[in-house]
Amino acid sequence: MSSSTKARRPSSLFRNLSAKLASIPMVLTALVVFVGGTAWTVVYSFTSSKLLPKANFVGLDQYERLWSTRRWLISIENLAVYGFFSMIFTLVIGFTLAALLDRKIRGEDVFRTIFLYPFALSFVVTGLAWQWILNPDLGVQSVVRGMGWESFTFNPLNDPDIVIYGILIAGLWQGTGLIMCIMLAGLRGIDQEIWKAARVDGIGTVKTYVRIIIPMMRPVFITALVLIASGIIKIYDLVVAQTNGGPGISSEVPAKYVINYMFRAQNLGQGFAASTMMLLSVVIILIPWAYLEFGGKKRG
Amino acid sequence: MADAVTPRGPKPRPRFSRTNIMLYGTLIVVAAYYALPLYVMIVTSLKGMPEIRIGNIFAPPVEVTYQPWVKAWAEACTGINCEGLSRGFWNSVQILIPSVILSIAIASVNGYALANWKFKGSEVFFTILIVGAFIPYQVMIYPIVIILREMGLYGNIWGLVLVHTVFGMPILTLLFRNYFTSVPEELFKAARVDGAGFWGIYFRIMLPMSLPIFVVAIILQVTGIWNDFLFGVIYTKPADYPMTVQLNNIVNSVQGVKEYNVNMAATLLTGLVPLIIYFASGKLFVRGIAAGAVKG
Repeated sequence: MSSSTKARRPSSLFRNLSAKLASIPMVLTALVVFVGGTAWTVVYSFTSSKLLPKANFVGLDQYERLWSTRRWLISIENLAVYGFFSMIFTLVIGFTLAALLDRKIRGEDVFRTIFLYPFALSFVVTGLAWQWILNPDLGVQSVVRGMGWESFTFNPLNDPDIVIYGILIAGLWQGTGLIMCIMLAGLRGIDQEIWKAARVDGIGTVKTYVRIIIPMMRPVFITALVLIASGIIKIYDLVVAQTNGGPGISSEVPAKYVINYMFRAQNLGQGFAASTMMLLSVVIILIPWAYLEFGGKKRG
Repeated sequence: MADAVTPRGPKPRPRFSRTNIMLYGTLIVVAAYYALPLYVMIVTSLKGMPEIRIGNIFAPPVEVTYQPWVKAWAEACTGINCEGLSRGFWNSVQILIPSVILSIAIASVNGYALANWKFKGSEVFFTILIVGAFIPYQVMIYPIVIILREMGLYGNIWGLVLVHTVFGMPILTLLFRNYFTSVPEELFKAARVDGAGFWGIYFRIMLPMSLPIFVVAIILQVTGIWNDFLFGVIYTKPADYPMTVQLNNIVNSVQGVKEYNVNMAATLLTGLVPLIIYFASGKLFVRGIAAGAVKG
């Protein structure tokens, strides 16, 4: 061993050179696209850029205009409604399905395959399929009316007040399978002794889930929440395919607002301001999560 | 000795107990609900338009016709262009193959470097990458337009390939890093003693050992890239639009009479590739999404 110390130590920059060269794409992606791109967009959201980005700073003008535009306010309201219900229903349905599948049933693989297949489909396919099912003249509404209930009304995609719930139906169909899978993995990780102990103590099945199992699955629920939340903010193609923001502008969402202003309305500044608001909402969600995940671990 | 007569073990559950009926009943109803849209798409795509106008969307076709499928593939129109979805399909294939190869090649090397050849700052870049996965795409879309324009790749299939490589990098790097970290270190050390370098160990030891994780990565990328809509619409020209974008343009075009059977055939054709992968890969697909969900 001592003989090797005679060899000249290479300068630290060139040590591990192949690994550094091989990591150039990763470094460029991290620094140029993720950090650089994000910073660039935030900076240019304070400019009056129209067709082309121009460094003509106008302070918070774009944000003031953003928050006084009806289309943006509708987008935010839709995102809030969609987000709230999507969060609750995805967690409840995902967990319930996982719990049902965890009861040592026959044909578990078949059920799991059926619940998860929508997740393999794109949002465009999902949106178009549900657009057809919810078609007022030929879809569910007409089928129920045909069975004799003439006054039955279920036409969410053409009713500005409830169109977002029509999108929610499609979104839940597509996304609940993923959460079910994560929950099922979490349930499988729970020690069977807990169930035995609960039975010995005479605690009922539902009560065992609510009082013992769910609190034990806290990390799984947090992962699921983060996944659902980041999916909600990204919602774009589903709306484009299913309603294209209509009727009128009643099903617009923030991600669509950004794309419209950047690439259709040729108002880059508005697009940058709106996308910075999206970034801000992610930061608001992520910081408490990162604190819980990483801050908590160090303390413990 | 009376004990010997009483049966041991837990009381067997009767097969048709109330709980069991409730349990299976609920599961079957929910499964029917999840399966319904696929069923409706299939039956609609096999009916003629007159039958659709008078009939029930849940009813099986009285007269099966494959005409809608032929029309969706070869004749459906987007604007003045009537070549059908086949063009979108081949565009998607042309985008898919290089994107999958490039993104997995780069991410697997990243993961390998991060797991076995840590250098100063490597963890920092990795953290940025993972945090970056949570940034909404809308924030980075325009700076990427500028970068691609400077490189002369904007509106070109190769520009889109690069975009897929960049946005697939966080999750794939995480996947490979976690896998390579679990490879026994003795193996790596032994290869080092034998004089193998960075690339030698990667190609001779790591690559042959980690075929399952490559399969998981391929499944993840093929479905993800095939289903992409946003990047396709922004970074390519109409002639190069991927299948999802062309599908949306065909179905949601405002011109002409709506042909629901052709629309559903087109929708199914677009969904076919990920569906086949999903049904064929089974547990590996689940492993792929689980790897995406559970952070290292």
